[in-house]
Amino acid sequence: MAKMINLTIDDKTLSVPEGTLIVDAAKTVGVEIPVFCYHPKMEPAGMCRQCLVEIGRPMIDRATGKPVLEGDGTPKVQFMPKLETACTNLVSEGMVVKTENKRVKDGQREILEFLLTNHPLDCPICDKGGECSLQDLTLEDGPALSRFHFDDKQRQEKNVALGELIFIDRERCIQCGRCIRFQDKIAGEPVLGFYQRGRATDVVTFSDPGFDSVFSGNTTDICPVGALTTVDFRFGARPWEMNNMPSVCDLCSVGCNISYSVRREVRSGGKIVVKRAIPRQNEQVNEIWMCDKGRFAGYQTAESKDRLSLTDEQFSFNVTKAATALKEAKQESVIIVGEKLTNEDLFTLHTLTRGLGAEIFSWSQMGGGEYTRALGLPPGSNLGDLGAGDVIIVAASDVYNEAPIYYLRLKAAASRGATLVVAAARATKLDQFASFVVRYAYGDEVETIKGLEKKDKIGKLISEAKNTVVFFGSDGLGFEGTTELAAACAGYVRSKAGKANNGLVGIWQNGNAQGVWEQGIKPLVNLEKTVKDKVVYIVGANPATDLVNMAVLKGAKFVIAQSVLENETTQIADVVFASQAHTEREGTMVNAERRLQHAFAAVPALSGTKPDCDIAVEIGKACGIKMDVPSVANVLKRLAETEKAFVNISLAAVDKVEEQWPPVGKGEEYYSGTVQENKNGLGAKLAHVSGFISAGLTPAKSGERDEILKAVPVTQLYDHSPEVAVNPNLNDRVGILKIGMNRPTAEKYQVADADTVQLQLAGKSVEATVKIDESITGNVVTYPRNYAGSVSKPTAVELLARLQKASAESMN
Amino acid sequence: MEHFLLRHRDIPDIGKLETYLKHGGFETFKKALTSMKPQQLIDEVKNSGLRGRGGAGFPAGMKWSFIPNNIWPHYVVCNADESEPGTFKDREIMEKNPFQLLEGVALTCYANSANEGYIYLRGEFYQIRNFLDQCIKELETAGFLGKNLFGTDYSLKIKTHLGAGAYICGEETALLESIEGKRGQPRVRPPFPAVVGLYGKPTVINNVETLTNVPLIIERGAEWYRSMGTEKSPGMKVFSLSGNINKPGNYELPLGTTFRELIFTQGGGLPEGRKVKGIMPAGASSSIIRVDDETFDKVMDTPMDYENVQNVGSLLGSASVIVIDDSHDMDWVIHKTIHFFKHESCGKCTPCRDGNYWMMKIVDRIQDGEAVAEDLTLLKSVADQMYGKCLCALGDFSTMAVTSALERFPEDFEKKVTA
Repeated sequence: MAKMINLTIDDKTLSVPEGTLIVDAAKTVGVEIPVFCYHPKMEPAGMCRQCLVEIGRPMIDRATGKPVLEGDGTPKVQFMPKLETACTNLVSEGMVVKTENKRVKDGQREILEFLLTNHPLDCPICDKGGECSLQDLTLEDGPALSRFHFDDKQRQEKNVALGELIFIDRERCIQCGRCIRFQDKIAGEPVLGFYQRGRATDVVTFSDPGFDSVFSGNTTDICPVGALTTVDFRFGARPWEMNNMPSVCDLCSVGCNISYSVRREVRSGGKIVVKRAIPRQNEQVNEIWMCDKGRFAGYQTAESKDRLSLTDEQFSFNVTKAATALKEAKQESVIIVGEKLTNEDLFTLHTLTRGLGAEIFSWSQMGGGEYTRALGLPPGSNLGDLGAGDVIIVAASDVYNEAPIYYLRLKAAASRGATLVVAAARATKLDQFASFVVRYAYGDEVETIKGLEKKDKIGKLISEAKNTVVFFGSDGLGFEGTTELAAACAGYVRSKAGKANNGLVGIWQNGNAQGVWEQGIKPLVNLEKTVKDKVVYIVGANPATDLVNMAVLKGAKFVIAQSVLENETTQIADVVFASQAHTEREGTMVNAERRLQHAFAAVPALSGTKPDCDIAVEIGKACGIKMDVPSVANVLKRLAETEKAFVNISLAAVDKVEEQWPPVGKGEEYYSGTVQENKNGLGAKLAHVSGFISAGLTPAKSGERDEILKAVPVTQLYDHSPEVAVNPNLNDRVGILKIGMNRPTAEKYQVADADTVQLQLAGKSVEATVKIDESITGNVVTYPRNYAGSVSKPTAVELLARLQKASAESMN
Repeated sequence: MEHFLLRHRDIPDIGKLETYLKHGGFETFKKALTSMKPQQLIDEVKNSGLRGRGGAGFPAGMKWSFIPNNIWPHYVVCNADESEPGTFKDREIMEKNPFQLLEGVALTCYANSANEGYIYLRGEFYQIRNFLDQCIKELETAGFLGKNLFGTDYSLKIKTHLGAGAYICGEETALLESIEGKRGQPRVRPPFPAVVGLYGKPTVINNVETLTNVPLIIERGAEWYRSMGTEKSPGMKVFSLSGNINKPGNYELPLGTTFRELIFTQGGGLPEGRKVKGIMPAGASSSIIRVDDETFDKVMDTPMDYENVQNVGSLLGSASVIVIDDSHDMDWVIHKTIHFFKHESCGKCTPCRDGNYWMMKIVDRIQDGEAVAEDLTLLKSVADQMYGKCLCALGDFSTMAVTSALERFPEDFEKKVTA
């Protein structure tokens, strides 16, 4: 229990833990001290001088060491001759802080005046107007007239692309350094810095490509002025024209709480559209951050020109057609679901499956969910609590690309003293923050993980760990590989099952993969065997991207495809249904930490589309099956009745909100940026269900390794997946197809870095560019997922020919 | 008078190691290592009353006693950034009497139980840096620096580090940032370098001249040191005299010497027909002392030490005395100082960065004859607004010359503006 310090701020007495900064202490009693460079998630800088306050401390007699007392016995308080910054001063016993007297107010106003001297009169055209710290503070307490000659104002560049996603207006920048400090300390990617000094100080980027970080968008949230803006949103809309609709990102398994800012506009034909995505505070999931993929990608799907849509007549017709086929086939039907579907969709489809006596599978490249279902992080767990004495193992995952916010959380845990063991077959960005990096060759995942406890230092730390959390990903692995890996990882948490902050986390590739596993739905292993001569109902998945799979599906008896966008699967389907996009509908999802979270609709749905669960209900009813009302409230109630893990889940539990620190929103944005307050629910953890679920798999063939060159699938944050493709601003980040290999492999095949080569894999010929990565261990080429020719598991590959030698411009 | 700091003026080739050793060089260091404890050195320097010669005048021995003995390692840094306009004393010491400085650094390292000493030089002193590197190499060869000196278990390495042209790197925490390879910008204080310094470890950082005093104090004792100078400001000081003066240069004199002695006796007075109009005793960071016929004697007879200069409305600082005669107007003078500070502002804090720019724009208008009377009020207001709010002393001191000039020489400004 931290020692408590008593102090007075203005007319309020308060007691806060030792080590609290005055500016934070003031926040707890509703005293707002203006800040620019200070941010509650970062170390104070004391640079902008906006938070100047008057501080008095009890006098101590130098000679006797005793407090000096006033006539009435109260401690004599000595006020400093100069104003001091509230953000750099810790509270001390008996301190008296004044924030509202003339001296302080004048001082703060004078700092504002200095900032405004070279600040351009851009409010009418500046994005930040309406949610701008400088604007708000000036209106509240700043100088009304300028004493600075307009012609003396320094002219600077106004439209500089730091990277193609983030623009800076140098005139507006007040040199607070928040963006630089965020990138350096929180993101761990110091790609921004100050250049020159004095009045000529500029924020520049040191990386090529510019501002090379997947967290760059967060700097636009914390920039107190309109200096940093995103390419998507700049000049988009005024904050007061927009409503912030609470949602949860579905692009990876972290489940960042976000808000979609929407407005109705003429430009979009009078429709309500999403203008931007910004983070919503959930200190137990994403804190106040989100990654650039979630910020820039996905929400444009709703407006894609490839949307499917059915008239009411078409819909009824298709329902009848689909139901007829399903009723006839009965148990000769199979339902295949995508991992981004909501719990309500899954529940409904599962009901349909049972009603037909059919089978249901997920379309996934990852296994191991039975282990995360049994050994996932129980209620009371928070990655933000991990620190010294705890052990975190990351197995076969490039966390930075697979779940960027986990990279932030794990990096932070390591900085608090947690032992972070990163085991991978190639170097990843998390390595530099790890306590131990364990390198193995692709194919040796399971032995390596099993062998961790036998290592000297790591083994000792594991055995003495207060808490153990193991993350597994899919770097170089497919379904079988990840299943075996998960089983190996499970061994480290089995004995602590059910204890908070202990458990297994699967870094899934989609937003509700954990939810799929929680409802007992497992991935499809053999498409051909599963669909041959069957009636296949595919919802939210696109198996036919692969030509082989497309041929296999054509061998099914009847294909019903349900999707948001037209794609290869819908094109070969016999019946097609039009789904609503993620931003158009409500639903719940379970993240990799087993937290069930509620996403709300942001925009009205395109006419002629329905939520996946509603469509399933209609089909089910047409099949004569009793279908539950697919509302969130009802489905959660039904899940609570039928699944042990959902026993504490209800709409009320999921939508419960709590006070969080730092306080966000609440009428001002200068403290923590334009992040949204979470007024709609922090989500609720699924219960721990004891009893280990056996996988029932044949054990891995260990030790066998052949010398055939293999292409192993790896995750790249920006790829050719449909969610990323809908935003052309991300095209440069996606880039051309690059396969990674180490130098010995390159030499063996006589290729060099940046060469273009022709590959033969799985019966197809593909062109790709070589990227030498010395850290890749094993006779492999890494092949990013969701590109043409991508593989779902390690696959034999032949390097046929070098088509083109590298030239100076050939990379990107 | 015997020179103790500018010893080359008595012994011309004291800059050669051979000569330095012949005159007892490094005897004190050897004696300290073999027969004295570090605490004895700290006490001697404390008792001597030696005050920092870089401008702040903080008692050196007291600074050394702040070093905690439970955090390791300790570092000693010599501030050779000498960038205050009007200051050129450290340069002469390093160029002509380098070994006394190096012995001072070495003794200070031993006193504070540091095994590494750094000398941080401003970027423009690259030639001096090369020279010091040579001197250090000679000392290493001769066995005065290196491992297990004089058979004891004390090892010492001294390194030079070059800045890159920033006045702000003379500020002690900005200097430390620069050594660490970061942007030279001051840190938030507290904590102070004595506790959290170079690489986060306890660090003693002192000016060149301060450290050059140390061998003498250890050799001859605090009593001897106190026999020179005044009670509160003991010892010798190198005064850098410049401006409108016949014999500009460095003058080593006891603290407490009067302005009259320095300017007229030593400095040869002003050029023919000129009168003293103003004195800036602390370089560009001074409040300008006004000298009229009425106040001439009072100012001239003021002893130059850390206490008495306050009586004439200024501070001694680094004793970089700039004499301004009556052929100059004060707006011309502050035009120079403001440009200097605007150029050197590191830009970290708002009032210094934006305030200096603003002041520059106003004083440019005054100089160009485009200013109005309100501009004078505005200039004073901006300077007052900056004072007391900045992150470090640069910002505060950049206003001193401005505020004092406007207050004490109003006629110079009033004639430059239209009503």
